[in-house]
Amino acid sequence: MSLQATTSQTVGPFFKIGFEWLYRDSLAAEGVSGTRVTIQGRVLDGDGIPVSDAMLEIWQANAHGKYAHPEDTQDKPLEPGFKGYGRVPTSADGRFRFATIKPGRVAGPDGNPQAPHLLVAVFMRGMLRRLVTRIYFPDEPGNAADLILNLVEPARRSTLIAKNTAGDPGTLEWNVVLQGADETVFFDLGL
Amino acid sequence: MKRVAAYRAPYPGTQPNHLHPPYVSSIKRAPTRPPVPIPYTLSELTGPSFEPEIVAPKASDLTRQHSAEPLGERIIVSGRVLDENNRPLANTLVEIWQANAAGRYLHAVDQHDAPLDPNFTGCGQAVTDAEGSYRFVTIRPGEYPWRNHYNAWRPAHIHFSLFGPAFATRLVTQMYFPGDPLIPFDPIFNCTADEKARNRLISSFDWETTMPGLALGYRFNVILRGRDATPMEE
Ligand SMILES: [Fe+3]
Repeated sequence: MSLQATTSQTVGPFFKIGFEWLYRDSLAAEGVSGTRVTIQGRVLDGDGIPVSDAMLEIWQANAHGKYAHPEDTQDKPLEPGFKGYGRVPTSADGRFRFATIKPGRVAGPDGNPQAPHLLVAVFMRGMLRRLVTRIYFPDEPGNAADLILNLVEPARRSTLIAKNTAGDPGTLEWNVVLQGADETVFFDLGL
Repeated sequence: MKRVAAYRAPYPGTQPNHLHPPYVSSIKRAPTRPPVPIPYTLSELTGPSFEPEIVAPKASDLTRQHSAEPLGERIIVSGRVLDENNRPLANTLVEIWQANAAGRYLHAVDQHDAPLDPNFTGCGQAVTDAEGSYRFVTIRPGEYPWRNHYNAWRPAHIHFSLFGPAFATRLVTQMYFPGDPLIPFDPIFNCTADEKARNRLISSFDWETTMPGLALGYRFNVILRGRDATPMEE
């Protein structure tokens, strides 16, 4: 017999007490291979006001393009000490920041490698179910042929691609814009 | 393309839309463009897992996290985490958080004029066992006012956060209590169109897990998305 998935509800304004114990803004311990990168940005609402009560979860592959998960059967090595999970809140001015390594390319369902990307789930007061999006990397030749990026209308693809920070080569900027002309592309995974 | 067993889409009306104007905070936060449908890739079919050891043994008993017991009515909240194919989800991290018996959260932003309880933090964690079961000991949370509309009160509820096997199965929800008179008036409870789906958020009183002389038992099962029986051509 088949059941129906439980209805999603908002995290509400007070999620910090439930989520804080697992806040992880540093995904890759020392010794984990890969190019180090810090990703920072802001979450902005429809009036451009920073969202101070949001929480982002990050899920990514290691530098070889392999997920620490049994369903990933690609013939690639795991990295001891690297799980690929992060969880960060936004601050009073809507900012978030986390440090990780740039993931490798993961096989796509069409047989071609996907461009390097992180998955992001966004939770906040006022959001009745999580938002799902991706962060891609700038100056990445794989972006042009990426299966998922190519499903997005060209004018909106830039919302998924982090930007270089002038004078700070290890830091990328990527924002979550909830509404408006620069509205971030969110994906429909069915739920 | 390779055949991939996707996760099932929700039955119509059983999940909220992002925009639900009676919940005022959704108005400036809900995206205005439809989400872009994408095929499942390894990225969405995988997801974080946690060693059971990250959860301290005391983390599932919210009444024993301080030197004395919290005020309020002690309750047992337990249930199973299953997927839509009725399979138990073992080793799944369950996080909860809630107000104290007076309806106050231990949170800087909570301005409700009700007392804090020095013996109650209001958060707990558990990892499901082989049958997908979890169990928390806590106190019944109080109802609390909020500023969504005139004379707005949240029904008593416990926030639940679950991971499941994949990024695609991640769920945050809220559990309510049977017979709570505030439920029909709550815009958050009512954000889901399907009445049966809404009502599944209400736990059931349970003699089986009620402990004589100690605590009333409430049962709350959580269903995470299941895989499609037949792989879809991507
Ligand atoms: Fe609440």
